Amino acid sequence: MDDDELAVRLRAFEGRAAAVAVRGKDPVNAPMIRHWCEAVGDTSPAYTGPDAIAPPTMLQAWTMGGLSGHADRTGAYDELSDLLDEGGYLSIVATDCEQEYLRPLRPGDEIVFGTVIESVSGRKTTKLGTGYFITTRTDIRVGGELVATHRFRVLKYAPAAARSAGIPVAESSAPRAEDRRISAPRRPRPVVNRDNSVFWEGIRDHRLLIQRCTGCGTLRHPWIPGCNACGGAGWDTVEAGGEGTVYSYTVLHHPPFPAFDPPHAVALVELAEGVRIVSNVVGTPYDKVRIGMPVRLEFQSYDDELTLPVFRPVAS
Amino acid sequence: MKAGERLAPLEIEITRTLVVSGAIASRDYQDVHHDPDLARRKGAPDVFMNILTTNGLVGRYVTDHFGPTAVLRRVAIRLGAPNYPGDTMVLTGTVEEVDGDTATVRITGANSLGRHVTGTVTVTVTVTVTATADHQEAPAGGPAGGPAGRPAGGPAGAPAGRPAGRPAGGPA
Repeated sequence: MDDDELAVRLRAFEGRAAAVAVRGKDPVNAPMIRHWCEAVGDTSPAYTGPDAIAPPTMLQAWTMGGLSGHADRTGAYDELSDLLDEGGYLSIVATDCEQEYLRPLRPGDEIVFGTVIESVSGRKTTKLGTGYFITTRTDIRVGGELVATHRFRVLKYAPAAARSAGIPVAESSAPRAEDRRISAPRRPRPVVNRDNSVFWEGIRDHRLLIQRCTGCGTLRHPWIPGCNACGGAGWDTVEAGGEGTVYSYTVLHHPPFPAFDPPHAVALVELAEGVRIVSNVVGTPYDKVRIGMPVRLEFQSYDDELTLPVFRPVAS
Repeated sequence: MKAGERLAPLEIEITRTLVVSGAIASRDYQDVHHDPDLARRKGAPDVFMNILTTNGLVGRYVTDHFGPTAVLRRVAIRLGAPNYPGDTMVLTGTVEEVDGDTATVRITGANSLGRHVTGTVTVTVTVTVTATADHQEAPAGGPAGGPAGRPAGGPAGAPAGRPAGRPAGGPA
């Protein structure tokens, strides 16, 4: 398998679930909190006593499989890992961790989490070696309530020959915007997940799909897991006919972003079906975009990987 | 709490005990965090600190500075040079932005190889009202429904000690 073929196969993992509704091995508990605090030397009074909370930064520990592992994960992450192993990318190192804490965890809380493979980078050469960055996003819930989110990035790599790992992963080795600016600047990538992957598949096929509740028939956009009219979880899709009008717009002058050429108009387009979508109006100067302007859907390709729905004024 | 405020540096001695106890306390049994032979076979000179421990040290550094009413909202870190036993990491931080009772702090942890960690921490600090710990009212939920302020009960207001890792001598 050559690198291009590997890249395509890796990309297919984006949006796949790595874990669905996995229960934490242990409820949040005082002994594990104490062990953690002792290890990192944290003596904050918040983590002891009858009103103790768990140290927020301990979040990931509650999701860990430990020596026995998690039996109920989906195979996707293992498949992805195996694929990289086969390609010779056997080593792994964690590079980024972003956590948001919506409410503290307390002893007795039983966490349930779901993880989605958010993105797999292209092949990157770092000081550690060459490999791929895998980014996952984990939502942590207690009793159905979202309590924290955890985004995690690892580099799966083949160690650079004749080097020791005493060499830091340079900051520039992670796939950040600066890297992409070296060649032609690329548009930001959409975040594709379980909730919206069908939408993006549609876009690839040049079809703008609107989500429709199978319970009450209400159309919705952007894509979300449940119906905001009746609460129903079932849905199917309707393909947009392509007619719309500019419902509102704004002109972006500053700050400039790579891959965008300011000033440019960002429009909220109301489709004939009734839902609204944020997009660009093409084929007309930014200062000619007007509320109520009739527009028609088309698909614009920005690079090999990215196609987006855009709208062009209808000549009247 | 104002933008530009610097946190007193904190030196953390990277011992094998810290690396291993941090890994085990975070339930991370990757061999590179506890088995020097296997770590060497994978190209590292020794075991090295896992990201969860680094995350914990960064959180501790910020909450120690802001005191017992500090509530962490967000921690985002990026790792660079590994923390190997025998090295020392010095954590430094600067308040980058203050919005009401919420501060964003930029953190760097440097060791002899370079920058081990860089990142930002968002923390909400409840302004202490003039009341004794016993009578402190738990304020209504802060933004995002989290608890603003720590409920009384623990020894609120007790200065946080720093057993592992001593404050570095530099100016605050």
